[in-house]
Amino acid sequence: MKFIDEFRDREIARALALRIRETSTRPVQLMEVCGTHTVSIFRHGIRGMLPEQMKLLSGPGCPVCVTPNHDIDLAIALSRQGLIIATFGDMMRVPGSTSSFQKEKAEGRDIRIVSSALEALKIATENPAKQVVFLAIGFETTSPTVAVAILKTRAERIGNLFFLNSQKRVPPAIRALLESRQLKIDGFILPGHVSVIIGEGPYQFISQEFGLPAVITGFEPLDILQGIWMLAKQIEENRPSIEIQYRRAVRPEGNPLAMSRIYEVFENGGALWRGIGGIPDSGYLFRKPFGEMDAGNFHVQVEPTAEHPGCLCGEVLQGIKTPLDCRLFQTVCHPENPIGPCMVSLEGTCFTYYKFHQP
Amino acid sequence: MSKDKILLAHGSGGKLTHDLIKEIFLPRFSNPFLKPLDDSARIANRPGQIAFTTDSHVVTPLFFPGGDIGKLAVCGTVNDLSMVGAAPSYLSLSLIVEEGFSFELLEKIVSSIHETARQASVQIVTGDTKVVEHGAAHQLFINTSGIGWIREGVNLSGLNARPGDSILLSGFIGDHEIAVLSGREGFQFREEVESDCAPLNDLVGEMLDFCSSLRCLRDPTRGGLATTLNEIASASQVGMVIEEEAIPVREAVRGICELLGFDPLYLANEGKLVAICPPDRAEGLLEVMKKHPAGRAGEIIGKVTQERPGRVMLHTSIGSHRILDMLTGGQFPRIC
Repeated sequence: MKFIDEFRDREIARALALRIRETSTRPVQLMEVCGTHTVSIFRHGIRGMLPEQMKLLSGPGCPVCVTPNHDIDLAIALSRQGLIIATFGDMMRVPGSTSSFQKEKAEGRDIRIVSSALEALKIATENPAKQVVFLAIGFETTSPTVAVAILKTRAERIGNLFFLNSQKRVPPAIRALLESRQLKIDGFILPGHVSVIIGEGPYQFISQEFGLPAVITGFEPLDILQGIWMLAKQIEENRPSIEIQYRRAVRPEGNPLAMSRIYEVFENGGALWRGIGGIPDSGYLFRKPFGEMDAGNFHVQVEPTAEHPGCLCGEVLQGIKTPLDCRLFQTVCHPENPIGPCMVSLEGTCFTYYKFHQP
Repeated sequence: MSKDKILLAHGSGGKLTHDLIKEIFLPRFSNPFLKPLDDSARIANRPGQIAFTTDSHVVTPLFFPGGDIGKLAVCGTVNDLSMVGAAPSYLSLSLIVEEGFSFELLEKIVSSIHETARQASVQIVTGDTKVVEHGAAHQLFINTSGIGWIREGVNLSGLNARPGDSILLSGFIGDHEIAVLSGREGFQFREEVESDCAPLNDLVGEMLDFCSSLRCLRDPTRGGLATTLNEIASASQVGMVIEEEAIPVREAVRGICELLGFDPLYLANEGKLVAICPPDRAEGLLEVMKKHPAGRAGEIIGKVTQERPGRVMLHTSIGSHRILDMLTGGQFPRIC
């Protein structure tokens, strides 16, 4: 089993699409939370295979998109003081309040692209005379690696490496969306890889408190089609629950070892989501023994946070609007000149719509 | 002369420069055009149109599985000339070397240039070497320009695609960019993927022998196959429908792409071509391609259409349709 070909089988795809069509009798709006799902749905033309009355909304599961302006501005301010900033590639072009990492790098600041938190340790040990800050963004999928990087930093006594903690937790964001009651969502396509870490437990409130179905889904086209079919069945049979479609990767209990690493270093705390605002419990705080590595402790002047007035990223992230509702979309805002983060990230809703949407 | 590292003096035009030319370049590029070491090479004209192209090469790392910056430089220019139907003949070679660069590495790269030029039957007839201060260049930058005479009766251009034409691809895509990536820190993959870097002039010659009415040839380098197809669709103002299933991608490349979140359709290739031809010549052209070492894995991958001019549509492997746009933004390894 190669895990790619089998999950792109044309005949099975057709059969699943037929099942969905037969099962779903009423108009429904499903939200795919995760950016990778948004991309996969577009890339494999899945919308075109679904019944007319079934709509898919994109949610806030794009780590680049929800990193607050302030965190970018802070990292830029630190880079202007001569610190080395280590960040993921997609973050380079995200507009902060007045600048971006890409612009700062062109001005000579030391900003480096890394693919994992562990690379930041290497940069720190190779540059003992400088202070290095790793911009930790992402959801529960990547938090274990950040935690491990922090533990390693302490174990190896690397004194010049700090972490700007901008990580987020998915379940509280889903709760915030549901409590706001601004949208009509009939079910959730839940993120597969986040769930590898956290399991199905943290999502129970979706069905138990709000009476909605949710399916933890993989990323291949057959995964998504099967996940949608499972949701359609739950809706028609009125038996909301949390189901796992992505059984080859997700266990109901998640990954306890990974979770224990996260909570060795962090505890839950409130976090700011760009475009959405503060969501209680939706991020992490450093536990006391690790507080000295928190880059948030640096005393540096940070510019006042500002967003472009026309940018609708916030509403797009919450599924309230689509990029097509934004006046800047395609006119002023496009991948070569992104106004907001949703156009920069390769999994941002606006970028994905731009790249795949039919004019 | 220092046999260890390149010094600023090696680029100053004085004795050290001459020693460098005599020791490294002349022995490898011995031809009557270069030998006099005049300010310009003097070349006899031939009948027909001249094709003229230039390319700069800044790849990192300099050596990667399946190739190096030298091989890349020669193949890049040879292939650009081939894509307009010219037989590549003469190349220029300009080097910008960072002070402190290893002599041994420079010799290795120049040897590679020599070997690739020999394989492609082209000659290096003029050159230049500059040395810049440490930090002013990333180790080594190369520029190659090239000329060749276009075969009579051949008119290859991105403007020529017509509805009904067939679209062919000469082999596996994505190899080069993955190979270069794997040469970088932090990207060690279990299966080694080699760059497909290769001269295509011989393959093109055979294809033109078979079908002189070829509409267009293009090599899908930076931006990948998707970008190249879009460029042609836009220039010719035609639509295209591409069969995702027909596009050859090595398993190792596909696996690495899935891991990193890359799309093979946007990865650079350095030894592949896209050919657009009249529909009745497609099967025969494919046979010619497949008989050649550079085209063994060739396939017919789609058709040119009248509908949706300027747009490329992909018929996906699961049977749906979606737009295949050109590369925007760039590809980064996925975060989660």
